[in-house]
Amino acid sequence: MNDIPRVRVTGPPRRRATTTHRSGTREIDAGTELGRVYMESLLREQLRLALRILGLLALTVGSLPLAFHLIPGLGEVRVGPLPLSWLLLGVLVYPWLLTLGWLYIRRSEANERDFAALVEEVER
Amino acid sequence: MSLPLDVSTDVVPGSVAVVLVTIATLAIGTWGLRFSRTTSDFFVASRTVRPGLNASAIGGEYLSAASFLGVAGLVLTFGADMLWYPVGWTAGYLVLLVLVAAPLRRSGAYTLPDFAEARLGSRGVRALCSVLVVGIGWLYLLPQFQGAGLTLQAAIGAPSWVGPLVVALVVLINVGSGGMRSITFVQAFQYWLKLTALLLPACVLLAVWAGDGAPDPTIGAGAGADFWSLPLGEGGGQGLYVTYSLIVATFLGTMGLPHVVVRFYTNPDGRAARRTTLVVLALLGLFYLLPPVYGALGRIYAADLATAGSDVLVLELPRLMVDGLLGEALTGLVTAGAFAAFLSTSSGLSIAVAGVLSQDVTGRIFGTHRLSGVSAFRVGAVIAVVVPALFSIAGPDVGVARTVGLAFAVAASTFCPLLLLGIWWRGLTAVGAVAGLAVGGLGSGLAVGWTLVTSETTGWVAVLLGQPAAWSVPAALATMVVVSRATRDQVPAHAGRFMVRLHTPEAVDVER
Repeated sequence: MNDIPRVRVTGPPRRRATTTHRSGTREIDAGTELGRVYMESLLREQLRLALRILGLLALTVGSLPLAFHLIPGLGEVRVGPLPLSWLLLGVLVYPWLLTLGWLYIRRSEANERDFAALVEEVER
Repeated sequence: MSLPLDVSTDVVPGSVAVVLVTIATLAIGTWGLRFSRTTSDFFVASRTVRPGLNASAIGGEYLSAASFLGVAGLVLTFGADMLWYPVGWTAGYLVLLVLVAAPLRRSGAYTLPDFAEARLGSRGVRALCSVLVVGIGWLYLLPQFQGAGLTLQAAIGAPSWVGPLVVALVVLINVGSGGMRSITFVQAFQYWLKLTALLLPACVLLAVWAGDGAPDPTIGAGAGADFWSLPLGEGGGQGLYVTYSLIVATFLGTMGLPHVVVRFYTNPDGRAARRTTLVVLALLGLFYLLPPVYGALGRIYAADLATAGSDVLVLELPRLMVDGLLGEALTGLVTAGAFAAFLSTSSGLSIAVAGVLSQDVTGRIFGTHRLSGVSAFRVGAVIAVVVPALFSIAGPDVGVARTVGLAFAVAASTFCPLLLLGIWWRGLTAVGAVAGLAVGGLGSGLAVGWTLVTSETTGWVAVLLGQPAAWSVPAALATMVVVSRATRDQVPAHAGRFMVRLHTPEAVDVER
């Protein structure tokens, strides 16, 4: 009798059995209208963020050729020993791109956390 | 201070550098082989590469001959508007980060054709994508091999077919034996080698330049100091078009390059894919500070090269500015870096092309025989390397940066629209994708063919065909949208489910 090891018998958590709401993740899995709304909101937020970052990129870096085309005098502006164009395109543009990337990662991960909280909180 | 321009007959530093880089590459590749066991190791290093290592590997693979040699030469000849090449090649990663990185990793596909098939459920789209991957890969491999020939010619006076042969052999041994897992270590090593090989000589050369009283490169020899500091092409409207078209091609083309995309599948998850991309942005930005320095110094010390073979500027400048042993040592270092550039980029591209070939061509059943996953990959690697190597020896000589620029334009006109719409728009259909790929591929392909056979660069026709991205990308995008709209009853039934897989963070427990 003693050599039969003890086995702990457990059941599913009670809380889950009494849940009447369906969680957001299950709405998405079942492809319901509500699940669709959840997904649409995530996609919209992420796309809006991406377009904001790209808009900023176009406005700052992308407008440079046009600016130098429209204002020819800019080609002769110098900052210390460097021509302005070299300072902008040879040096400053790289930390700026890195900053934009860092901003994007912070915001997109925040969006994903919000989404996770949204679809999982219904369960509680 | 400046010596007469002749290619030195002293071949010692160049030879030593090439041999050392080759040995190091093979040694690290063999060491990495210990970790390569499965087909998944071969294709995607079993998806377990950490962001730091992965970013170094991406940097190592991405910084090709065009970055190491081409940019400095272009800046020397044409001035500040050529700075758009490195800026675009870096900004391309930002665009990739915000639009593609995490969803692409979460798609769980091995290659671009895999992604297309999984998203659209169509064998036809898959076949077309495979053809495009192989085409872009070969177009990009061609200048790498040609650049290798050029470098060995300048460094050790070898005939121009030796470079392609050596690079092809080393790549084949590494790729064929260890696949993605072992190549990851090789690539990471080669990023740091390339950075050192440009950084150390640049510091010495800048010291020499300061010792000479820091002459101003913009007033140096050669005509047109003002055009040299103007960041857009010459010729008014045409120059503006060329510059913006280059921006479109490089900003959007990066995400469509086969060897860039295949690297994203080696990340453990979507979050790591994003972090990897951010580190890549930092590494590329650091590296690209250097080539313009060579371009500017070249204007003072090697102005003759601007018209005669500017691609060798980086290789020749140390010898022209520094005498004696130090000059030779620095020459050896830049030669090593250049050789690493050919090896790493060629390896990455060969892996991408071999991966596609082995899935769609060499892995098929021939008669009663079918190759195993790893054998099919090896046969694919041989085809991937040999074809462009032969073409680079026999074919016409096109500028390194120019051919790479065309590869970017084709990638931007085909895979960029497919990825953007595939990831962000549920309504994309297989018919729409095929139509858009055909329009973008034919448009930019026509431009490539035209550039390879002519050398005309003036007039609107030449400008539009020489730099096609600004019209071919919108045309492909619009075609995909319009045709998908017209065939909206054919939107794949699983499109919604696939969107869930692409965009939900891994922490959320949904069916994928």
